[in-house]
Amino acid sequence: MQKQGIRRKALASAFPHTLPIFAGFWFLGMAYGIYMNVSGFSFWYPMLMSITVFGGSLEFVAVSMLLSSFAPLQTFIMALMIQARHLFYGIAMLDKYKGMGWKRFYLIFGMCDESFSINCTARIPKDVDKGWFMFFVTLLNQCYWVTGSTLGGILGSLFTFNTEGLDFVMTAMFVVIFLEQWLKEKRHYTALIGVAASVACLLIFGADSFLVPTMACILCMLAFLRKPIEKAGGLA
Amino acid sequence: MTLTQQVITIALCVLATMATRFLPFLVFSEKRETPPFIQYLGKALPAAIFGMLVVYCLKNVSLTGGTHGIPEAIAIAVTVLLHLWKRQMLLSIAGGTVCYMLLIQLIF
Repeated sequence: MQKQGIRRKALASAFPHTLPIFAGFWFLGMAYGIYMNVSGFSFWYPMLMSITVFGGSLEFVAVSMLLSSFAPLQTFIMALMIQARHLFYGIAMLDKYKGMGWKRFYLIFGMCDESFSINCTARIPKDVDKGWFMFFVTLLNQCYWVTGSTLGGILGSLFTFNTEGLDFVMTAMFVVIFLEQWLKEKRHYTALIGVAASVACLLIFGADSFLVPTMACILCMLAFLRKPIEKAGGLA
Repeated sequence: MTLTQQVITIALCVLATMATRFLPFLVFSEKRETPPFIQYLGKALPAAIFGMLVVYCLKNVSLTGGTHGIPEAIAIAVTVLLHLWKRQMLLSIAGGTVCYMLLIQLIF
């Protein structure tokens, strides 16, 4: 009975944090399902890929991979580059995911951009179990993505109402998360490094291939500036 | 592509994704103390990553063509102001998104 209470409390506490992602994932997930549908794939494809890969940008790219000729090595390298940012998420969550038992496996498996962002920044109330909270955030997000993409795959292009611009919900969410992190920190060196490196690499390498150079840049600058950053303190 | 080739392609996507998600946890085990430099990165990275993700969301916005990024700039300003005012995540995100939708559907 008591264990059930802990779980219910964590679910109730986690759910509101996932609402923006419900909106974003249903919209993007359906768009993805529809895209697969009109590309000639049955709904099984978006559904199974959302369960196993659970990473939006790669799933979109995989559609064009599936439509071109078979190139396993290129597929693997491309997928690694698109997903490389998860290495950063893992390093940031090393301590937070410690001692979570079997839940740890699922937390790492389902660590998409959005689940990472919430689990990394959410102020979890003291009386709520942290492990179950993060577990439900991850699980709810994956449920939204899987149901959204499956529905899109089944219903195809039946949608006609004007949803133009709804995808901005993800941008707005990352802006708010960035702002929350900014307000939490006393010094903003690392936030500024992140923005400056991304903008510079975007201008140099273009929209399709700036993430990997950006991450290399961030890593070098954080390593190079470790002493002054640690001396200034204020890392949240 | 045959069905087998499709299965292999999808499996490789899964493998690459899981490699990037699990690698840090496999390299730095739960039992041993994490090295100080990695601990520092763990604390310093999130702010930088969130900055990167914001830029990533806006990567296809063109300042020189189309709507010159004006609707995006206005909607982000609305999101930030709402958040500084009420500090309610859902309100800020919903407000910014509705503002953006109205801007690009009705004005731009």
